[in-house]
Amino acid sequence: MIGILRRNPFAVIAMLLVSGALLWMMAHSVTAKPGLLFWIGVLLLWAAVWIGNDALSGLAAPSPLSLRVRNLAVPVIFGLTVLLLWQLAVKGLGISPVFLPAPSDIRVRFTTSFATLKADFIQTFLRAVLAGWAIGSLAGFLVAILCDAWGFLRRGLLPLGNLFAALPIVGVAPIMVMWFGFDWQSKAAVVTIMTFFPMLVNAVTGLQASGHLERDLMRSYGASYLDTLIKLRLPAAMPFIFNALKINSTLALIGAIVAEFFGTPIVGMGFRISTEVGRLGLDMVWAEIAVAAIAGSAFYGLIALVERAVTFWHPSYRSQKGQ
Amino acid sequence: MTLAATASRPTLASVLASGSVLPVAIIVLTTILIWYAAAVPMNKVLTQPLIDAAGGGFYDTLSVSWSLPRPVLPAPHQVLAELWNTVFTVEPWRPRSLLYHCWVTLSSTLLGFGLGALLGIGLAIAIVHVKALNRSLMPWIIASQTIPILAIAPMIIVVLGSIGLTGLLPKSLISMYLCFFPVTIGMVKGLTSPDPMQLDLMRTYHASTSQVLWKLRWPSAVPFLFTSLKVAIAIALVGAIVAELPTGAQAGIGARLLNGSYYGQTQQIWAALIAAAVMSSGLVWLVGFIERQAARAMGTKS
Repeated sequence: MIGILRRNPFAVIAMLLVSGALLWMMAHSVTAKPGLLFWIGVLLLWAAVWIGNDALSGLAAPSPLSLRVRNLAVPVIFGLTVLLLWQLAVKGLGISPVFLPAPSDIRVRFTTSFATLKADFIQTFLRAVLAGWAIGSLAGFLVAILCDAWGFLRRGLLPLGNLFAALPIVGVAPIMVMWFGFDWQSKAAVVTIMTFFPMLVNAVTGLQASGHLERDLMRSYGASYLDTLIKLRLPAAMPFIFNALKINSTLALIGAIVAEFFGTPIVGMGFRISTEVGRLGLDMVWAEIAVAAIAGSAFYGLIALVERAVTFWHPSYRSQKGQ
Repeated sequence: MTLAATASRPTLASVLASGSVLPVAIIVLTTILIWYAAAVPMNKVLTQPLIDAAGGGFYDTLSVSWSLPRPVLPAPHQVLAELWNTVFTVEPWRPRSLLYHCWVTLSSTLLGFGLGALLGIGLAIAIVHVKALNRSLMPWIIASQTIPILAIAPMIIVVLGSIGLTGLLPKSLISMYLCFFPVTIGMVKGLTSPDPMQLDLMRTYHASTSQVLWKLRWPSAVPFLFTSLKVAIAIALVGAIVAELPTGAQAGIGARLLNGSYYGQTQQIWAALIAAAVMSSGLVWLVGFIERQAARAMGTKS
């Protein structure tokens, strides 16, 4: 059967559509404690979606567009299956919403409390995360250039930077709250400190990544330090810098949310999570998690897109064109 | 190699000038000086009336700024004094002792790290040996990391508490959740790192799967394992500290931080931070030490 699927893309798509739609209908109509037959049906459909998705990931893609669609479809189908199974398990097994709310409950909460979620998003993400991420990354980058120009500073700061990158920096949150107040400025300060060291370590490594031959060539052109920096070494450092920006994007979101546990005005994602947990409103907590996951992935994806545009020359992107 | 090293044995001065010891020392010293200097303007809000009362001279300014009971920024020696008082003058089993809180955090860190490392290694071995698992398990493992577990640590603790899990285990589970991912990824890479040539050689020896695993795959995965373990133990500690925040600030470094922030005990926060930093770098160093011993025992150059 898998052999047939391998050769016939239409069979794969038809199988995915039919089994997915059936699973969707079951997830919508499920009531508490269905019979054994229901669960066998669920397992069979799950297996069908699984095999279909597996076959889809192995299908040959004749054009770049179909390749892109296929590479996007496989993880999306996986994610949708997880949501459907989650819904089926929670509703079918009758799990209490205090323990784990169903996706449908979370979606209802998402639409009814949209204004609150939006306010939390603005407070935590648009203010604390973005400001802290930008300041911390920029500061790390500037200090890295200083380190690069002045070897003494590099030998002194890099070991400390490597040490600090492994420390539980979230712990400075109470001190920052004491210094910068309860509002978003203190969270931005925590994020700044958290993002500084990964950028420093990565950018210093990146600035030394250009080859000896290339540097010798620049010297034979009589290029000044600034020329070499701007025309050779910064472009060569870009993959490392974007790596740090991506690491920092995840660090920043988690740092801002955790910093809010230490004191905040009555708005913000971390504040909402900690208070709603106390009131056992787990659907609201999961709605906040959904916002955090969507915002975090979008942020990451945006950086990855800019990276692709800036470091188009890097082998990891050039090789993809040939596929 | 040894000959060359002994022939041009470096003098102390040249080591200091070329190595990183002197630069690091100078930067640390500068930081401490800036710290002392910064304590004066940052504590100004609290110290101004006291300085005026004491006479307002330069010496009074310094002595008042560096000896406040609840400063905005404590001077380094105040933090050291707090560390000394809570580590050496109290019995380690009293809740007033910092060592007690360190132990609470350390025990859940180590339990979570151990469980996470075992889970990660087990998953990696399964993924490498069962082809179907590679395709079916990997998406779940990657999807599991899209949930910001640190951000929802309070919920996990409360939910686990409602089904009767309290104390050490819920905190360790959060550390475990953070730990297993880097170990799995690193070990899958490590276990698949032997050349096809070497694998073919094992096949010509008619080696069984377990022999290939223990005699070829495992030894070549050891460097990857230790690199992942260093990452894992650092985040296990962060996980344990964050997991202590919502438990009502009973015990542990996280509780110490939260308590200090509630009651404005600045020195207590700084002392807890330094304790966390010492534990973190100590744990990473310990893993690195074991790595060097393992490398020596296995006869590889380290």
